[in-house]
Amino acid sequence: MDNLAVIQVLLPLLSAPLCLLFNKARLAWMIAVVVSWAALFVSLSLLVMVNDNGPIIYEQGGWPAPIGIVYHVDILTAFVLLIVTSIAAVVMPYAGKSVEKEIPVSKQPAFFSALLLCMAGLLGIVSTGDAFNVFVFLEISSLATYALLSQGKDRRSLTSTFQYLIMGTIGGTFILIGIGLIYMKTGTLNMADLADRLPAVFDSRTVHASFAFLTVGICLKLALFPLHLWLPNAYTYAPSVVTIFVAATSTKVAVYMLLRFSFTVFGVDLVFAKLPLTEVLLPLAIVGILVGSLAAIKQSNIKRMLAYSSVAQIGYMILGISFVSASGLTGGILHLFNHAIIKAALFMALGAVAYQIGSTHIDALKGLAKKMPWTFAGFAIGGLSIIGVPLTAGFVSKWYLVLAAIEKEWWIVVAVLLVGSLLAVIYIWRVVEVAYFQTADDESDIQVKEAPLQLLIPLWILVIANIYFGINTSLTVESASSAATMLLGANS
Amino acid sequence: MNHTLLRTMTQLLIAPIMVFALYVQFHGDFGPGGGFQAGVIFAAAVILYGIVFGIRAAKKAIPDGILRAMAAFGVLLYGGVGVATMLLGGRYLEYGVLAHDPVHGQHYGIILVELGVGIAVASVMILIFYAFASRGEPDDR
Repeated sequence: MDNLAVIQVLLPLLSAPLCLLFNKARLAWMIAVVVSWAALFVSLSLLVMVNDNGPIIYEQGGWPAPIGIVYHVDILTAFVLLIVTSIAAVVMPYAGKSVEKEIPVSKQPAFFSALLLCMAGLLGIVSTGDAFNVFVFLEISSLATYALLSQGKDRRSLTSTFQYLIMGTIGGTFILIGIGLIYMKTGTLNMADLADRLPAVFDSRTVHASFAFLTVGICLKLALFPLHLWLPNAYTYAPSVVTIFVAATSTKVAVYMLLRFSFTVFGVDLVFAKLPLTEVLLPLAIVGILVGSLAAIKQSNIKRMLAYSSVAQIGYMILGISFVSASGLTGGILHLFNHAIIKAALFMALGAVAYQIGSTHIDALKGLAKKMPWTFAGFAIGGLSIIGVPLTAGFVSKWYLVLAAIEKEWWIVVAVLLVGSLLAVIYIWRVVEVAYFQTADDESDIQVKEAPLQLLIPLWILVIANIYFGINTSLTVESASSAATMLLGANS
Repeated sequence: MNHTLLRTMTQLLIAPIMVFALYVQFHGDFGPGGGFQAGVIFAAAVILYGIVFGIRAAKKAIPDGILRAMAAFGVLLYGGVGVATMLLGGRYLEYGVLAHDPVHGQHYGIILVELGVGIAVASVMILIFYAFASRGEPDDR
């Protein structure tokens, strides 16, 4: 049964070359669907196993820890694995129709192959207990992401992907330099081993520099303000499926890396007491929330608007981390999951619009809600969730963040959280107003119909998940809070 | 290119380069070398052929459809060995279970895995060369 830890990563990793080998578009899609559902099943079993019996440590090739590479699955790992696989499980069925329209048939097998590789890389980053292995999987997922993002129909996707390629490579290099420096100082790459050996050498400049490199590199990958500049263009011009998958998973995995390195490897006492991580992250998170939301309001392309909204939402997650308290971390980790299902739902609704009318510009949406009622109802509920209206998933994570801020008596942060939600009301309302209350300019000549069921069903699965996890919070909150206690207890 | 000297020398060189690649491949567990190096050397032979005789001739000798399949096959061979060890009751890539004698098992495992690496690296290297060299030419796929 322990093999499940490695099967989780192997499923997408080995099915990717299969897609390429068979080279049939339909077959590649079916492989992707089957694999993503199998992976979801595996991650659910892992979550149950970890909950019952504690962390799983899997020795690759039977070589024990400091020498061999181990996979380390604890509650936080299992929770993030669940985020990635559940998003994949709804995105892959959706991809069947959406990709048909956006990617030429001859490229589809390679497209699905890259999508599966991206998923394998993300799952690998989360599963592994080896610092260098993190970098290897990061490169697998990043390279696949660059290839996927550049497949957009708009030619601008090439330049925006190139921009991300440069920024992403700088981020990856910084992470590698950071790992190299701690390896030089401690002589080990195993995370548990590093956590044992680092406290002894923590006062050296090398280790401080290593942590700085790691933090900046990871923050580039997770698009924390002001390192977010690659994100809006990359998301806007990518194919719908890629935007949904990448927006919902890859920044979450980067946040996971930040948690892993600062809490497990370096340790709370060292990073937050001796180094000013809170003082760095907190202001950036706050500015990120405000600037991201304000920029979102100004956008006329709705896909770009949601991309800026992602920058703001990443601010919330980092805010949760910078509290370094149980409720703050719970809120942050919870928001990983909740934001994944919110953003995936919103981008899916937009993908359905793009499928039907070929545009996501706000002027094209005039009066569209009458013609595509289910799509826009989904968008509206997703929008309520991102605002943080009670009975939606978005409310739960913001509630924990507000609690954490009140606990610390940081009243400015409380105010920022509320203002952030109000700004979200504005940018979501713009879309709702245009779609529901304005009439189309030329209603007679274009016959727009509701999106096909293959797009609507995955969308509504996520919409219902948004409501379900807003009402029944036992699975998400329990996992997030035990992950938070584990992170805080790791070094004390 | 129409230099007789270059063409003849290339024809003479390609076979030894390929044999050397195979030597690096299969001697990798005793001496320096292994799948990655062997794959690159093998690809170098094809790339040399492509440079001297033209990209069309190279594509005729080794079409990119086959290369793509080989690249995928190499990865599958590597992963397949890992899956086989799991099916035999070991952990992922625990070569010891591949034969009765664990030392032999380690041997088989590493040879198969390195073969997978070699095939994948050689195919991908040649594909990258094809992709750059065919820029601007009409897509004849």
